[in-house]
Amino acid sequence: MGSNRTGWLLLTPTLVILGVFGILPFIYVLWVAFHQWNAFGANPYMIYNGADNFRRLVFDTEFLESIWFTFQFGFFAVVSEIVLGYFLAQFLMRDFPGKAVFRTLHTLPLIVAPIVVGSVWRLMMTPSIGIIPYFLDAWFGYQLNIGSNAGAAFVVTVIMDIWHWTPLVTLTLLAAIVALPKDPFEQAQIDGANRWQIFWHITLPMIRPAILATVFIRLMDALRTVDEIWMLTGGGPGSATRYIGLHIWKVVFPKTDYGYGSAISVIVLYLTLVLCWLLYVGLVAPRNGRRT
Amino acid sequence: MRKSNPLLMTLFWLLLSIATLFPIYWLFVISVKPAVDLFTAPSVILDSFYWNNYAKVLTDDTLRRYMLNSVIISSGNAVLVTVLAFMACYALSRYDLAGKENIFFWTITNRMAPAAVFLLPFFLLFTQVFAIGDFRLYDTRIGMILLYCTFNLPFAIWTLRPTIDAIPRELDEAATVDGASSWQVITEIVFPLARPGLAVTLILTWVFAWNEFLLAATLTSFNARTITTGLSEYVTTTGTEWGTMASIAIITLIPAIVVFAVVQRHIVAGLTFGAVKE
Repeated sequence: MGSNRTGWLLLTPTLVILGVFGILPFIYVLWVAFHQWNAFGANPYMIYNGADNFRRLVFDTEFLESIWFTFQFGFFAVVSEIVLGYFLAQFLMRDFPGKAVFRTLHTLPLIVAPIVVGSVWRLMMTPSIGIIPYFLDAWFGYQLNIGSNAGAAFVVTVIMDIWHWTPLVTLTLLAAIVALPKDPFEQAQIDGANRWQIFWHITLPMIRPAILATVFIRLMDALRTVDEIWMLTGGGPGSATRYIGLHIWKVVFPKTDYGYGSAISVIVLYLTLVLCWLLYVGLVAPRNGRRT
Repeated sequence: MRKSNPLLMTLFWLLLSIATLFPIYWLFVISVKPAVDLFTAPSVILDSFYWNNYAKVLTDDTLRRYMLNSVIISSGNAVLVTVLAFMACYALSRYDLAGKENIFFWTITNRMAPAAVFLLPFFLLFTQVFAIGDFRLYDTRIGMILLYCTFNLPFAIWTLRPTIDAIPRELDEAATVDGASSWQVITEIVFPLARPGLAVTLILTWVFAWNEFLLAATLTSFNARTITTGLSEYVTTTGTEWGTMASIAIITLIPAIVVFAVVQRHIVAGLTFGAVKE
């Protein structure tokens, strides 16, 4: 194996790009988070105010509520997407007529921009003009109103997320399953293992890193969604679907409270980081046979 | 694995595709209706087509320019990111670099940034920091290609790493013993075996770049403006030109479908590990 210098050389471009476009902006946001700064307010200058923004945040019920809604949204959306995506990826490993066509059709939602997805779903879901409430009413007598029913609005945002992002899970897990060696599976079948045993003892451990990577990506994206939800519900009714990405948006733009918005972002980044680190340490690090 | 009936599988996917495609079909329905018809009682079947929205969109030079920008930025970013991530993953997988697991974890943290707050530092970077003479990164394609690395590179590194890790080191070692250079090992051994993972990474990074909205809306004005941003000019919370927006959205599906169709063929099973027999 080559020297470590080659390894660092291969890694350098990544470190440089992420350093410039990742670390520098983060330092800036961290610095602003310790200031009161309302760029369009009566006093447009930055005023150092220590940890005031962070102190305020602990008692901000809007913020805490938003975190809780976001967590529920992320949990239900991501769990459904992983389960569904795994089965669909397994189904795509078999041969059946029209597979290539269906695989392409299945990925189509991915290429619709989030802002368009939000708009179309809004048009489909709005009571009295939308097709979905119309049929739910005609067939089941159920009145779907995402403008007034908080629970319904929540469920619709989760379904929209599942619709939009399950194909991503299918594709990443498909890439992982395709790369699995065949021998362990053949051996297990010879030894008489049933499907559940094969799944639990062979498939799952082998694709665990891929599953975890997918969970991370989906979780982070769900936690910072803005445009889709903004177009579908605008965060309402009330604050039922005002997920944290949207909440920060509303603090920074309509209220122009940039210092406080930065503080929220820093805390959200920190929470996401801790959540992902726990998942990472708990699920992957101890068991991957990687030489470190 | 138990053999399932292939026709049953086709039937399942057929039903799933109907559910998957319905919102896209609805987008199409919106695009061929005059605005006044949108707010009448809905019907699944189209009885007439109103093509004026498409005529309007297709003859618009500005939108054509936005479309070209989108294709260049997404493709440039996807290729750049996939190549860089492939190099980085190979390094993380094969070398004993100090703190590499921490570096690996750190990369993903770059994807977590909530857009609203990070727009300002990005704006400052693009207008003040990268200012050489008259050149600004603001409103340039190269600027967007580089910027999109912040969310795509972590994604690519995390999706590719399991693929590269799964390629047995014995293959590299055998090739090295036979006198292959690092470059040859990477291009001739690892690259072909990682192809399914690389294809998926390329597709998905392309998609993320293609769909990105908030950054492009803030950091471009005309020269590098993307079609997603151009399309949003017809969408506001107070009023939306639904027909125009929907017809642009339908047209933007076409290049994306072409990219998908071309790249997806590389996600193929069965080529990979015939080479290693223990």
